[in-house]
Amino acid sequence: MSEITAEQVAHLANLARIALTDEEIEHLTTELGQIMHAVEQVSEVATPDVPPTSHPIPMQNVFRDDVVGTTVLTADEALAGAPESDDSRFKVSAILGEEQ
Amino acid sequence: MARAELMDFDKALELFEPVIGLEVHVELNTTTKMFSSAPNPANSQFHGAEPNTLITPVCLGLPGSLPVVNGDAVKYSISLGLALGCEIAPSSRFARKNYFYPDLAKNYQISQYDEPIAFDGEVEVELENGRVFTVPIERAHMEEDAGKLTHVGGSTGRIQGAEYSLVDYNRAGVPLVEIVTRPIFGGEADTPALAKAYVATIRDIVLSLGISEARMERGNLRCDANVSLRPRGQEKLGTRTETKNVNSMRSVERAVRYEIQRQAAILAGGGTITQETRHWHEDTGATSAGRPKSDADDYRYFPEPDLLPVVPSKELVDELRAALPEPPAVRRRRLKSDWGFTDLEFQDVANSGLLIELEATVKAGATPAAARKWWTGEIARLANASDVDASDLVSPEHVAELAQLVDSGTLTDRLARQVLEGVIAGEGSPQQVVDARGLAVVSDDGALIAAIDEALASQPDVLAKIRDGKVQAAGAVIGAVMKAMQGKADAARVRELVLERAQA
Repeated sequence: MSEITAEQVAHLANLARIALTDEEIEHLTTELGQIMHAVEQVSEVATPDVPPTSHPIPMQNVFRDDVVGTTVLTADEALAGAPESDDSRFKVSAILGEEQ
Repeated sequence: MARAELMDFDKALELFEPVIGLEVHVELNTTTKMFSSAPNPANSQFHGAEPNTLITPVCLGLPGSLPVVNGDAVKYSISLGLALGCEIAPSSRFARKNYFYPDLAKNYQISQYDEPIAFDGEVEVELENGRVFTVPIERAHMEEDAGKLTHVGGSTGRIQGAEYSLVDYNRAGVPLVEIVTRPIFGGEADTPALAKAYVATIRDIVLSLGISEARMERGNLRCDANVSLRPRGQEKLGTRTETKNVNSMRSVERAVRYEIQRQAAILAGGGTITQETRHWHEDTGATSAGRPKSDADDYRYFPEPDLLPVVPSKELVDELRAALPEPPAVRRRRLKSDWGFTDLEFQDVANSGLLIELEATVKAGATPAAARKWWTGEIARLANASDVDASDLVSPEHVAELAQLVDSGTLTDRLARQVLEGVIAGEGSPQQVVDARGLAVVSDDGALIAAIDEALASQPDVLAKIRDGKVQAAGAVIGAVMKAMQGKADAARVRELVLERAQA
């Protein structure tokens, strides 16, 4: 597996809309590189006869009935944790970019 | 915004072959959301809710909350997949699509990536000009809708220059199915019309399944149109743009046509197309550049660890398949033959989007001809004048009742139009309006004869002409009688009686 680069870290930071200084990028490049190496060790024990696992518990088809539940929040409850709100809505900084 | 240079459409077609790909998002009308037991605003019983009142901790991604899949949303998705002629995946799973934008509070959207619930289908689409296309479907996958942002401040009200944004998460988590076509070739000059007809067909399908309200203006059905051009004779596909925000059937057609003309002008001028998202502006009829398209890699898709695989049993799939309604194209052919309409008559009805209304009206007892006459005539005219959908004006049952009142001779066409206005104004059923307004035809010959005799007596010169065999002179008398009857008489019957009485 190739090394993680400072450019990749800067790109990720940009996607996540996090402003990083050059020092922080350098620091994170080293740290993320170490994490990648640790995770990489898994591939040493993985063999072709072991399918990739996306969930540790062998269960499937867990569904909910289509009925309104008891945890529906009021607008006040929903906004209780919001740093800022206005007109019953969450107030956030304008983000340059467009809706996904 | 400077308007881009456009090439004449026919000229563009001469030089380039247009290729399109369409992504349609369908909001399902289940009672609750995709992964949360919050009320679903795409279901009519929750329309018009106040902001942030249709949410649970799951919709906000609050710590400790966990998503659970709505079983009915899965069934609806499988039905839709089957109606699109797709294979249903024996096992499918959800994935996280990571992006950082406040329309979803948890910084990812739960979607499907490598294992969609349905894939490899095709849909038969009939254009307004009668041409039939088979549109290949790549996949249909389940996901959740995002919240709604309102940008505040800035001069344009659009996001550029906005000072802050307000977020309503009511729509966050609404069940969506995204239907993705493969590249569609061979549309040629019909390509814009094909795009429109495809979206109309998807709308017909979801309406016949009853799984979405499918109102484009409400965002229940949304279309993103990918358009690319390749020079004649070239094998390799051109660079595509993806136009979003296309919120009506008519806009789909216009946006595709616009992109063909815009890209042709750039390519013919030696320029290159930028792969990007573009936004459709209904008011100017143009698209404008949005963000550069992210690579799928940037979304860092990975299997959703909070949800388990969906493994539909063969029994469930067979059961849903058996319950599928007739495909729209088959239905159209059947109705056309049942109703005995000519190609032109049928297209007239189909193009006005009134098939469902017509079918219900015929079922309620009207003849197909009468149902067509009312819906594509007077009702369409009134709907057009007040800028509403014909189907919202009056019910098929009332139209059928109106047609029957005309057939039985209780109403003339002229009176029936007055009755229709009364029904639309909310005065009750046609029979109730007839009774309340006293609009029924005077079928009592005695009353007619009395009025005729009076009119003949007051116009002796006319009487003399009629007796001389100048039958057309009777018009003056008929007019006077109709006036005396306040229009509530059958003119043909009056004419018969006038000629009879003139000889008496």
